[in-house]
Amino acid sequence: MTAILWLIPAALILGALGLAAFFWTTRSGQYDDLQGAAERILIDDDGPIVDEDETGER
Amino acid sequence: MAPLDGASQGFDAVAFVRAGEDAKHLDLAVENARCAACIAKIEDGVKRLPGVKSVRLNLSTGRVAVTFEGPDDTAVSIIRTLDQLGYPASPYTPEPGESPRDREEKRLLRALAVAGFASANVMLLSISVWAGEGEMDLATKTLMHWLSGLIALPAVAYAGWPFFESGGKSLKSGGVNMDVPISLAVLLACGLSIYETAMGHGAAYFDAAVMLLFFLLIGRWLDVRLRAKAGQAARDLAALQARVAHRIDADGAVKAVPAGEVKPGDLLLVPPGERVPADAEVIEGEGPVDASLVTGESAPQTLKPGSDAYSGMVNLSAPLTLRAKAASQDSLLAEIARLVEAGEQSRSRYVQYADRAARAYVPAVFAMSGLTLGGWLIFGAAPHDAVMNAIAVLIITCPCAMALVVPAVQVVACGRLYKHGVLVKSGDALERLALIRSVVFDKTGTLTEGRAKLANADQIDAESLEAAARLARASRHPLSRAVVEAAGDGPVADELSETGGGGLSGTVEGRSVRFGSAAFLSVNADGGDAAQEAWLQIGEEAPVRFVFEDALRADAAGTVAGLRDQGLPCELLSGDREGPVAHAAHALGLTTWRSGLKPQEKIAHIERMKADGEAPLMVGDGVNDAPALATAHVSVSLGSGAEISRSAADLVIQGDRLSSILEALRISREAKARVMENFALANIYNIIAVPLAVFGLVTPLVAAICMSASSIVVMLNALRLARS
Repeated sequence: MTAILWLIPAALILGALGLAAFFWTTRSGQYDDLQGAAERILIDDDGPIVDEDETGER
Repeated sequence: MAPLDGASQGFDAVAFVRAGEDAKHLDLAVENARCAACIAKIEDGVKRLPGVKSVRLNLSTGRVAVTFEGPDDTAVSIIRTLDQLGYPASPYTPEPGESPRDREEKRLLRALAVAGFASANVMLLSISVWAGEGEMDLATKTLMHWLSGLIALPAVAYAGWPFFESGGKSLKSGGVNMDVPISLAVLLACGLSIYETAMGHGAAYFDAAVMLLFFLLIGRWLDVRLRAKAGQAARDLAALQARVAHRIDADGAVKAVPAGEVKPGDLLLVPPGERVPADAEVIEGEGPVDASLVTGESAPQTLKPGSDAYSGMVNLSAPLTLRAKAASQDSLLAEIARLVEAGEQSRSRYVQYADRAARAYVPAVFAMSGLTLGGWLIFGAAPHDAVMNAIAVLIITCPCAMALVVPAVQVVACGRLYKHGVLVKSGDALERLALIRSVVFDKTGTLTEGRAKLANADQIDAESLEAAARLARASRHPLSRAVVEAAGDGPVADELSETGGGGLSGTVEGRSVRFGSAAFLSVNADGGDAAQEAWLQIGEEAPVRFVFEDALRADAAGTVAGLRDQGLPCELLSGDREGPVAHAAHALGLTTWRSGLKPQEKIAHIERMKADGEAPLMVGDGVNDAPALATAHVSVSLGSGAEISRSAADLVIQGDRLSSILEALRISREAKARVMENFALANIYNIIAVPLAVFGLVTPLVAAICMSASSIVVMLNALRLARS
């Protein structure tokens, strides 16, 4: 029985965290270009790894 | 509508560069960007230019934001680069701040999130109460209910606000919409739950209240998103406005000024290839202009000193000097934008099924609940029991199912049309489409391909065609372009010169060649349509006739016949000249047609049809059609049409398949049938549940099950539409 005394607040806090995270995503404009986000993952940009070669650490 | 070429537009772009703190910003609207490859091409292509720091394409809106360092001229090379990549771009000034529509959409999304959070957590508590029925002691149950209330009440206050606000507004204006019973149900459910919990009776409806809001908000948010896209119409038109004007000052110097600064009386110079910035009168110069933007007419018009030029016309060959008659913002194109807005407002007066149902529903519910209260009191029940039963009636008639009826069907039907290449832009468009009684078509670009095609290529020998093409390749005239299309790319003639309103002359392999109108070559052309033919003369040989026509789309005849089979009279309203319109009408078997109509006349005609109860469907593509599209009972635009007409129309057909209209009509009628069935189902639920509530037989558990079951049945019936 005492379990619910901390289980219920825990559930509420987790839910509230999710809600806060969602608000943050709307405010930071993550829903402004849904189509673009879906397509961008298909772009082949293998560039950045070059750094290692340039520093000659390999 | 011919897009301006990059060079002339790029020059204007400098005016749109905004200086930031450490970099310059430029915002562009690009066409044709559709996929990942487009993002990569645009962003990499622009980033390679010297000075460019960042490029970001928003694929959903087709806007590119660029920041760069260095001279403002970089803007010109950015636009030129995009043009070469195949993405014509035009600069624009972003609106400061958010539009009210964006704000509403974000507000609904937040409300949706809050309602979702609350309903999940309240359900968690409610299910433990239901599962523990008979075992859980009253104190624990009451604790659970208080906790539910603690979550639900603030959530209802926040997430329910859109409904309370809209319901309150409609009550204040003396009407009733669906939001009134929704608000009432939510408020009553909360009020009763608080009372019951406080009294320790142990029945709470917090879960029903937040769940109802959650489901309804999903529908509401989807609806607002659809509408936000549709409402962009007027804003997109602004991008078409001539943005820079060349003003001739008193000392004779030509100065580039923003079009918005043009005042009546100003002298303006319009070089070839540029748009006329404001309604004006021609003072000097003579030559053809592309007026398709203004009138929808395919053949160029010739302007002479004294004739009127309207904003949006594109000058095709000779420089023109004009005297402005109106400021840019009062000009014709601005006028069209205003007409579109007015048309959209008039259409929003359409009463949706859901609101009509609410009008009948609300008084019935109140009457029923009043009778219950009176009846129990008369038959000697305690006042508390009588009030409880009356409230139970109000809650059990909670319009869950009723409010879901229309959105559920609309979402499914729109999804199915999407697969058929038809985009539905406003939620109630399908309802209106099912009710049409007549169809009105535009001609140029809608029933026809919208550009001149060489019709008698088989009668012209290859040498003549090539000679004509060498002249035509240097010209912007639509007929010249048709010749180039028939002949393909190749070399250009020497000593080329173009006479505005006449034709072209030049030298091909040492021989003088002339190509142009019959008058230009002094040929005696008997019969035929002077605007749709041209003559070619090589040296002193006999002239060769080139005949052009605007060919009908392949499925135009089939679509018109299909509509007529369903008993819908079809009409042709065109801004084009009488000859081509009559020809097209005859080919399609249309008996009613009108030619030479201005946008205002098209609107007047459609208003008249609406007044006569003919509920017209308007199909069009051009800028001149946009106001008529916005005015008609319901409208369809083609995917290749002008941006503004796509924004003004309710439905947009992708791939220009006219036959999709028949498909859309069929699905809209099916959707209407499903809506009616759903209303019937929701009513059956009420017929069963209300008597139980009236006679005081409803326990909270029964109420919860009934309410969910009716919603699920309505959803399943809507889903049937996806399969048939």
